[in-house]
Amino acid sequence: MMLTRFLFEKIDRAGWVFLVLLGIAAVLVPVLNLAVPPGSMFHVSNTAVGLWGKYMTYALLALAVDLVWGYCGILSLGHGAFFALGGYAMGMYLMRQIGPRGVYSHPVLPDFMVFLNWTELPVTWWGFSSFPYALLMVALVPGLLAFVFGWFAFRSRVTGVYLSIITQALTYALMLAFFRNDMGFGGNNGLTDFKDILGFNIQSQVTRAVLFSLSVIALMTGYLVARAIVTSKAGKILIAIRDAEARTRFLGYRVENFKLFVWTVSAVMAGIAGALYVPQVGIINPSEFSPANSIETIVWVAVGGRGTLVGAALGAGLVNFAKSWFTGAFPQGWLFALGGLFIFVTLFLPKGILGTFTDWWKRRGERREPPASSPARQPAE
Amino acid sequence: MNQTIRRPWQLALVTALFAALMLFASPLRAQDAGPLVQRFATESFNDIVGAVNGLATSGSPRAAPVIEALRDGRLVYRQADRTVFIRRTDGSFVSAATGEPASDVGTTRPVRLNNNVRRAIDAAVGALSLLHPDPARRTSAAEAVFKSRDGSALAALETAIGQERDARIKTLMEEARAAILVANPQAAEADRIAAIGIIQRRGDQDALAMLGSLPADTPPRVREAAESASVAIRRTLAVWEAGQNVWYGISLGSVLLLAAIGLAITFGVMGVINMAHGEMVMIGAYTTFVVQQTIRSVAPGLMDASLFIALPMAFLVAGAIGVAIERLIIRHLYGRALETLLATWGVSLVLQQAVRSWFGPTNREVTTPSWMSGSFEVGHLAITANRLAIIIFAAMVFAALLLFLKRTPFGLQTRAVTQNRRMAGAMGIRTNWVDAFTFGLGSGIAGLAGVALSQIDNVSPNLGQGYIIDSFMVVVFGGVGNLWGTLVGAMTLGIANKFLEPYAGAVLGKILLLVFIILFIQKRPRGLFALKGRAVE
Repeated sequence: MMLTRFLFEKIDRAGWVFLVLLGIAAVLVPVLNLAVPPGSMFHVSNTAVGLWGKYMTYALLALAVDLVWGYCGILSLGHGAFFALGGYAMGMYLMRQIGPRGVYSHPVLPDFMVFLNWTELPVTWWGFSSFPYALLMVALVPGLLAFVFGWFAFRSRVTGVYLSIITQALTYALMLAFFRNDMGFGGNNGLTDFKDILGFNIQSQVTRAVLFSLSVIALMTGYLVARAIVTSKAGKILIAIRDAEARTRFLGYRVENFKLFVWTVSAVMAGIAGALYVPQVGIINPSEFSPANSIETIVWVAVGGRGTLVGAALGAGLVNFAKSWFTGAFPQGWLFALGGLFIFVTLFLPKGILGTFTDWWKRRGERREPPASSPARQPAE
Repeated sequence: MNQTIRRPWQLALVTALFAALMLFASPLRAQDAGPLVQRFATESFNDIVGAVNGLATSGSPRAAPVIEALRDGRLVYRQADRTVFIRRTDGSFVSAATGEPASDVGTTRPVRLNNNVRRAIDAAVGALSLLHPDPARRTSAAEAVFKSRDGSALAALETAIGQERDARIKTLMEEARAAILVANPQAAEADRIAAIGIIQRRGDQDALAMLGSLPADTPPRVREAAESASVAIRRTLAVWEAGQNVWYGISLGSVLLLAAIGLAITFGVMGVINMAHGEMVMIGAYTTFVVQQTIRSVAPGLMDASLFIALPMAFLVAGAIGVAIERLIIRHLYGRALETLLATWGVSLVLQQAVRSWFGPTNREVTTPSWMSGSFEVGHLAITANRLAIIIFAAMVFAALLLFLKRTPFGLQTRAVTQNRRMAGAMGIRTNWVDAFTFGLGSGIAGLAGVALSQIDNVSPNLGQGYIIDSFMVVVFGGVGNLWGTLVGAMTLGIANKFLEPYAGAVLGKILLLVFIILFIQKRPRGLFALKGRAVE
């Protein structure tokens, strides 16, 4: 009860709308997909379920990025790495589930290891036949990496552009590493050809609908956790760090601890998003680590509205919807549109769609009532 | 061991023959080939061997065709007057002595061949090359003897050494002789040890292989000398290898320097990481392509100068695009460094896609001017001309930029803005002009880098992407606001990369470097050469 109160106490109007809509989607989409016959106008196609499920995991990733960028000013160009690591952990579980059904029918080793003439399972793969262990790793691997990385980076006061660049170096280095066959994660091709998850056929429509609902639930939980963090007292300090880091430190707060906490939580959220992404997409390969992916995540958040949480999820959905539409309609035009979006949003919509909308809504309210004098927004450094 | 020298009498014969020939070596050159050729008109194999050796060392221009004909069984003689002819492949005959066509040859007998003769022929062909007028042929012949250690070539080698005027080829021949002597059990121990000395002076992998494969019956003293020589060679080779790695490292470092230096300037002055920097490099490379296309259709004779025309063009094109980006976008994002990063990333996507739609997604062919192709050796270093040109070019760009920043009024203003923007503004410097100009300058230099990179990399829309992360690494490693930092950063990363490659492989080496930089940044969050003072926060 305490926990529920803690999670639900501070939710604003946008948050309630967001949660209610998601809750409806979590129930309605599987029902419309499975129970309504394909001919009906209310039927949700299998493709749509897969696509929207993917958007939900992207939205969770965007939420994670917004938590560190929007509320703590850490612009991570490497969140794709945590996403991909979570995805790999899930992928490894799914690979072990294939068992002897692979092309080479080896009882233990995945196909690519047989192909490389390996005879034993590498240590990194031990235990991944167990689902709880895999779940633990989904959270632990990105969390631990983020903790170690953040421990060093925040203690040394690596900030701003420098931090962004080394997070980019981090994901780039991981991409190069995962491309190597010797790493034992499938090299170039990554992990694919999954058969089932917890005994359920991963291709079956029921499994896919359940995965969709789980993704929605994960997104809702992620939102509640993030919202609880940013509205807590610690959240106030995070915002203080974002706006004037040096001043916060001079006031006696251990800036690096707050940063490390939110950074690690965010990485775990990204890892969970990746773990939900992989069974729905059916493949994970090193290109998920590519720096371009991480930067694209940033633009989702920027489009939706930095520092709004709901906006980040909204932005992820909108941009990816646009991407799907563009790559179908004008494949040539997508990079123009995406590039233009980066420029347009930074120049004309610094607060994103949701931020701008909220401002407009407030101003409308203020026009009716006499405006209260607001303190200067610009922080002094 | 060679078969020819195994029988003592034969060795004596051959040696005596060569000793005699060496005395007359020079006069023989001008001598008429007739008497030499006539000696082939015999039934005795020993005499034929003698004739082959005699002709081979004579330096006569008839030697090669006659010996080749003998090898192919086309050398015949008329018993009546002992005249020797070459039967050509079409059945006609020419005089072996003069090469003039001969008619009415009559009955002839072929000059006979057995294994001894064939061996003599093989040695003679080698010896002929050793005496060939073309230095390249002589060089390759000497190298071949060195590698084969063919004892039968010894005599010819001695002759050739006596006649050789080119010091370099002479050294090669002496090395070849030493190689034969070292492995020859009949040679005196002192000679063999002296020969080891000569081989040690050569000091390459071949010499090492030579000393490592001595015959089993080699006396211990010779063996010891060979081993200590091997150790010495290995030591020198290790030094040379390190030198070669340094060279590759400098080459890579200068590429990184070219790519990163513009980035460092804009970052230093404006605190802006320009994610579209790589695309400026790419645009420079495409400018080179367009310039070369134009030259090809308008004035093909200027192809060798194409790069010199492309350089200012690339600078202007990339610089103009840079100024446009600054005026249209970055100007409005002043004080929001992180958001600039996003906007310039957007610009980079647009530019990439624009080039892709314009020029197509495939690689474009850029011609390398003749003066930039080829390679040469300095000691044991292999140096390619295009790499050398890029190193020199990078050094020139660096020096020019340094002079510009230190010696011109604009450089002074730029440095002032780098150190303290508000103070500089208060002193009357128009900081927004400096910004625009600096951004244009940084982009222009990226364009220059593109011209250089078009010579060693594929010109494709993704060209810039390959360098952008490396350039960031150089900048954050070297620190901003100081060109020397960028130089040191680029060279350190380039050389470290090349030294790691042999041990860790190219990819793992790169990963190790990235990890190193991530750790390094923890230690020095503002890079090697950080600006000090209040302005940095």
